[in-house]
Amino acid sequence: MPLLSIRGLKIHFRTPQGTGVAVDGVSLDVASGEVVGLVGESGCGKSVLALSILRLLPVPPALFAGGEIRFEGRDLLRADPRDILALRGNRISMIFQEPMTALNPVFTIGDQLAEVYRVHRGQSRSQALASAARMLGRVGVPAPERRVREYPFQLSGGMRQRVMIAIALACRPALLLADEPTTALDVSIQAQILDLMLSLNAELHTAILLITHDLAVVAEVTRRVAVMYTGRLVEEAPTAALFETPLHPYTRGLLASIPRADASFQTESLNEIPGVVPSAFALPPGCHFAPRCPRAAEICRREVPRLEELLPGHRVACWRPGDG
Amino acid sequence: MDELLRVEGLVKHYRVRRGWGGRGARVRAVDGVSFAIAPNETYALVGESGCGKSTTGFAVLRLIEPTAGRVWFRGRNVLALDPEGLRRMRREMQIVFQDPFGSLNPRLTVERTLEEPLLNHERLSAAERRERVAEMLEVVGLHPEHRRRFPHEFSGGQRQRIGIARALMLRPRLVVGDEPVSALDVSVRAQILNLIVKLQRRFGISLLFISHDLAVVRYVSHRVGVMYLGRIVETAPVRELYENPLHPYTRALLSAVPVPDPRRRRTRILLPGDVPSPIDPPPGCRFHPRCPEAMAVCREEDPRPRRPAEGRIVCCHLYGGSPPAETVSPAPEPGASPPTPEERRT
Repeated sequence: MPLLSIRGLKIHFRTPQGTGVAVDGVSLDVASGEVVGLVGESGCGKSVLALSILRLLPVPPALFAGGEIRFEGRDLLRADPRDILALRGNRISMIFQEPMTALNPVFTIGDQLAEVYRVHRGQSRSQALASAARMLGRVGVPAPERRVREYPFQLSGGMRQRVMIAIALACRPALLLADEPTTALDVSIQAQILDLMLSLNAELHTAILLITHDLAVVAEVTRRVAVMYTGRLVEEAPTAALFETPLHPYTRGLLASIPRADASFQTESLNEIPGVVPSAFALPPGCHFAPRCPRAAEICRREVPRLEELLPGHRVACWRPGDG
Repeated sequence: MDELLRVEGLVKHYRVRRGWGGRGARVRAVDGVSFAIAPNETYALVGESGCGKSTTGFAVLRLIEPTAGRVWFRGRNVLALDPEGLRRMRREMQIVFQDPFGSLNPRLTVERTLEEPLLNHERLSAAERRERVAEMLEVVGLHPEHRRRFPHEFSGGQRQRIGIARALMLRPRLVVGDEPVSALDVSVRAQILNLIVKLQRRFGISLLFISHDLAVVRYVSHRVGVMYLGRIVETAPVRELYENPLHPYTRALLSAVPVPDPRRRRTRILLPGDVPSPIDPPPGCRFHPRCPEAMAVCREEDPRPRRPAEGRIVCCHLYGGSPPAETVSPAPEPGASPPTPEERRT
């Protein structure tokens, strides 16, 4: 049994402009200890999906229109809110893109980290502060005994993200949801944080669902990757296979549109995916990518392709999957 | 003339107060930056946040007033211009900003936004202006009927096209691009990058391209300056920089850039710690506390620019070579233009 199992998840948003489709029948598994990437451009629904796992979406305007999310066998969408509270920061944790807005500016780092130990582990204030300092040391914050008394504004962006990771991993969760954890950071700091996440994954056996727009980051840290486009999963594969033989025209287009900095690879010219992502309120019938797809045929504009396994472990939702 | 823009010893310091009621301090945002850009050339300033790259770009255009240094544009001293002289010179120096949402006036139609530079700098009839706007919309890949729309009706990529159109309305010689694609999604970013490369060549613009993204910089530029803590630590033609980086900071930075190829396992040079505060930069070489190759001399002595090979300048005690002859950029041969993107990619 996978640790996390999402089946046919549908999430709509009711707004004055009408009902928008954010997640449209997504199924995805994360095994215990696995590092999975969920990749897509802004508005594809990847963050909404992550937030829905911990029931952090405001309902309304969000609306669960179908499907289920099972974690360790338990149905999270129908679970009692008190049970969800007990899971958050304990069995499932989440880190966000902006470590400044995710931390409370008026409490010290130590208070915010100690809260986890007090709530979930029932530790006393002084015990919890000592645990907090130990955890800060583990995530590579120098002088942790001094840092626990500091406020978020006194820390650099990279240090704040380390604090967020410390808070998230304090209770050794089974699953870490990381929503663009390094997007706001400089490359040298990004490398530090990705290394830290991977070493904690190896050490604590915490599974990671890494949500990002950055295919290069996905290539560096994940074993398996799922690609989303306008609320749907269009391709899912072992990371090496996705980069070597991408089957969906959207994935192929994305991969060909990234410039590279490594010396061994010269970017001749960047591929452009024509047009723009359609609005969630005006999605085309059939395959959502058809209007921008170089391979689109008549059937693509009419019928929704199902996600099918074309190669072992490699699934794609496309009527005309490409290989050349 | 072989140089369109020359910047010498540019300095921008900000006065700040440390803490509440604390003592005054100086943030050395830009602390002695020199470079030159040839006509037709794309020169990139690349570095991490706070290195001073955007401040440099703004100071060159005098959108902020530099504390010291000299900026020569077509042989004229930009910093000595009176307001009217500056206004006239801005015809030839334009800018494209990072944020396609914040940099367009939400109450002006696209046509009004694009007309504005013409109204300020040229005497044209309404019909002529309309024609110039229509022409430019086509150049940047927008429909003529888009001209009556407002910014909120466009996507981020389309707005960035409007920002580029506005910068090109007066056919400037120099355009500063301050992270022009950083706010865009991957697929749209490729569209705008290709547009920038195409227009730079088509109009023979000199482009000062400011970015934190080493992969993007490699794609668009001919020559690159790497900045760290308010200084340029290395300058090189694009190919040399990526194939054979010299400065330990450049090497670490390049090794940290993730590569979209899961089979490639690389040795990353992980830099310890964070960039020090530009309020008290470290003595000696500013990079020495994080440098894997720091020597005793690095703690004491600020390395002067050296020229270890033709066209390359590096500020690091590891390298010898003559100091560059007052200029920091090799003066291009008269009439020689930088390689076209095809040439430089072979």
